[in-house]
Amino acid sequence: MGRKLLLDKAHIEGIRNYDVYRRNGGYAAVEKAFKMAPADIVEEVKKSGLRGRGGAGFPTGMKWSFLAKPEGVARYLVCNADESEPGTFKDRYLMEFIPHLLIEGLIVSSFALGSNRTYIYIRGEYAWIVDILEQAIAEANQAGFLGKNILGTGFDCQIYVQRGAGAYICGEETALLESLEGKRGNPRIKPPFPAVKGLYDCPTVVNNVETLAAIVPILNIGGEEYAKIGVGRSTGTKLISACGNINKPGIYEIDMTISVEEFIYSDEYCGGIPNGKKLKACIPGGSSVPILPANLLLKTVKGEKRMMTYESLADGGFATGSMMGSGGFIVLDEDQCVVRHTMTLARFYRHESCGQCSPCREGTGWMEKILHNIEYGKGKMSDIDLLWDIQSKIEGNTICPLGDAAAWPVAAAIRHFRDEFEWHVLNPEEAQKRNFGLAHYADPLEVSVA
Amino acid sequence: MKFSEEKLKKVQEIIERYPEGKQKSALLPLLHLAQEENGGWLSVEAMDLVAGLLQLKPIEVYEVATFYSMYNLKPVGKYLFEVCQTGPCMLKGSDEIINYIKKKLDIGVGETTSDGMFTLKTVECLGACGYAPMMQMGKYYKEHLTPEKVDQIIDECRRTAAQNN
Ligand SMILES: Cc1cc2nc3c(=O)[nH]c(=O)nc-3n(C[C@H](O)[C@H](O)[C@H](O)COP(=O)(O)O)c2cc1C
Ligand code: SF4
Ligand code: FES
Repeated sequence: MGRKLLLDKAHIEGIRNYDVYRRNGGYAAVEKAFKMAPADIVEEVKKSGLRGRGGAGFPTGMKWSFLAKPEGVARYLVCNADESEPGTFKDRYLMEFIPHLLIEGLIVSSFALGSNRTYIYIRGEYAWIVDILEQAIAEANQAGFLGKNILGTGFDCQIYVQRGAGAYICGEETALLESLEGKRGNPRIKPPFPAVKGLYDCPTVVNNVETLAAIVPILNIGGEEYAKIGVGRSTGTKLISACGNINKPGIYEIDMTISVEEFIYSDEYCGGIPNGKKLKACIPGGSSVPILPANLLLKTVKGEKRMMTYESLADGGFATGSMMGSGGFIVLDEDQCVVRHTMTLARFYRHESCGQCSPCREGTGWMEKILHNIEYGKGKMSDIDLLWDIQSKIEGNTICPLGDAAAWPVAAAIRHFRDEFEWHVLNPEEAQKRNFGLAHYADPLEVSVA
Repeated sequence: MKFSEEKLKKVQEIIERYPEGKQKSALLPLLHLAQEENGGWLSVEAMDLVAGLLQLKPIEVYEVATFYSMYNLKPVGKYLFEVCQTGPCMLKGSDEIINYIKKKLDIGVGETTSDGMFTLKTVECLGACGYAPMMQMGKYYKEHLTPEKVDQIIDECRRTAAQNN
C-alpha cells in the first residue's frame, strides 16, 4: 500500500463536515502556519519539491517566490478548479468529499502569499459542489479560521467561490483571470506573468486544487519529509483519475513509486481490463498528452519498466514517451478505434478554442473535419499527411498552449497508429460499419523506435 | 423580467465579493442567476437587466454570454439533457445513449420535444469520465447511464412535472 496524504481521511464518515474534519486532525496546518513567518512557509513548500498538479508540473515553491510584493498593492491567490481536461476528474473528488482539506490549504497558502481575498474559480457544471464549498467556507468562518484577525494574528482573509460557465479555456490561468474579471475567456499574452500582473493587474498566484490541498500535509509533516516520498523530482503523492476500459475506474492516490503496469493491472488500482480484453493504448495524463501503444506504455524504448512518475512517463520525449500532465489516465482496450477517439478529442479542441489565433481557430476545425472523413470511410491517403502538416503548424504558433494541446494528440495518434488511419482509408466500407480499428495493436509488442 | 427582493439581495451579496470598482466580476454569477429566473435561458431582456444592475453596456454582457456554453441563448425544455460525448465517455458507449435518447424522445440533438418538456444537447467532457456514460440534468449529474436508467429518468421527469401542474 502506498502512502496516502490527501485521501487518508476520505473514507471517514461525515468528513465533509467541519466537526468531523477537525476531530481528525483538521486545521492543524493552519494553527502551525500562523505561528510561522510567511516566508518560512514558502521555504517549506520549496523544500517539499511539490510540482503543480494542474498539468504543467511547475515547482510550486518557486512560483510562490516569484510573486511580486510592491508596497500597498493587493496580492491574490486564485485556486484553479476549472478541471475540464478530458480524462481528469480528481479535483472534483477532493472538493466533493473532503472540501475542508482544500479550504485549509487555501488558508495556509493565502497567509503565506498575503492574499486577503482568495477566489476558487470552479467550472460552472460543478454546480452542486459550489454549495459544498460554500458550506465548508461558512464553517471555517464560524470556527475563526477565516474572517478578520484570524487567530489573533492580524491577518484577514476571505474565500469566495466563482462559478465559470462552460469553457475549457478558462482553465488556462490568464483566461481564468479574464473570466474572473467578468470577460470572455481569452488568454492574455505573456509576459507579463500573473505573478507580476494578474487579477485586476495585481500580483497573483494561480494554483490547481490538488496543489493547494497538498500544502496541508506539507505543513503537517514538513517539506523535507514530503520530499522523501516518491522518486527523484517526482516528490509526494499524486491523484490519478483513471477511466476508459478498466475494471475499477476512479480516483487513486499514488506515491510515485509504482509502475504503469502495476497501476493498470493490480487490484489495488485499476484492476485490469474488463472481459479479458487486451490493452491497446493509453493516454496517461489527460487528453492533451500523447497517446501511447501498449508496448511503449509499459516499457520505455530502452526496455525499462515505465513508472508513474513525471520523468518516466516523459521518457523518450514525444517520439516514444508521453507526460504525467493532469493525471487523467484514459485506457483503451483492443476493441477501441484510435481514429474515432482522436476525432472526439479534435472536436473537443475545436469547440474549446477561444478563436483568438488563426492557427488554433482554423486548424482545430480542419483537423476535426479530416478525422471525421477518415473515420467515416471518406478519407484519402493524402489526408493523413495533411493532418500531420496541420498539427505541426499549430504547435508553437499560438498565444496559449491550447494550440499545442490540440496538436499533440493528433500527432501522437498518427505517429503510433498510422496503419490504423491507413486501414480506414483502404477499407471505407468496413470503417463505416464497425467503429473499431486494428486489434493487432493490443498485444504488448517488442519495443522499437518508429 | 425583474429580480425579486430576495434575488436582489443575493445580487448585492455577490457584488461585495469583489474589491471596490470591480463589480464587472459579478457578470458570470449574475448571468447564472438571470438564466435561472428566466426559465433556463437568457433573453435579450434578461441580459439587459444584468447590464443595468452592473452598470455595463449591453454589448459587454452579450459578448460574454455568447462566449460560454452554459448560457442558453434560446429557450430550452423544462428538462435539459446534456450528454457528454468526449473520448472517455465515447469509449463507454455515450454514442449509444445519445442515439437512444434521440429515438425515445423523437428529437435530434439541439431540439426540444413538442410538449416543451425535454431538450437534448451534446456537450464536451464534464469531469465525470470514470462514471461514464453520463449527462448533466439541471444542477446534477446522472452517471453510469444505461437505456433502462434513461427510461427511469424520463419517467421521473414526467411524473414530477405532472405533480407540479
Ligand atoms: C487550455 C488549458 C487548460 C487548462 N486547464 C486547467 C485546469 O482545468 N485546471 C488546472 O489546474 N490547470 C489548468 N491548466 C493549467 C493552468 O494554466 C495553470 O498552469 C495551473 O492552474 C497552475 O497551477 P499548478 O501550478 O498548481 O498546476 C490549463 C492550461 C491550459 C493551457
Ligand atoms: S491557442 Fe487557441 S485557445 Fe489559446 S489563445 Fe489561441 S485561439 Fe485561443
Ligand atoms: S469524457 Fe465524458 S465526462 Fe469526461
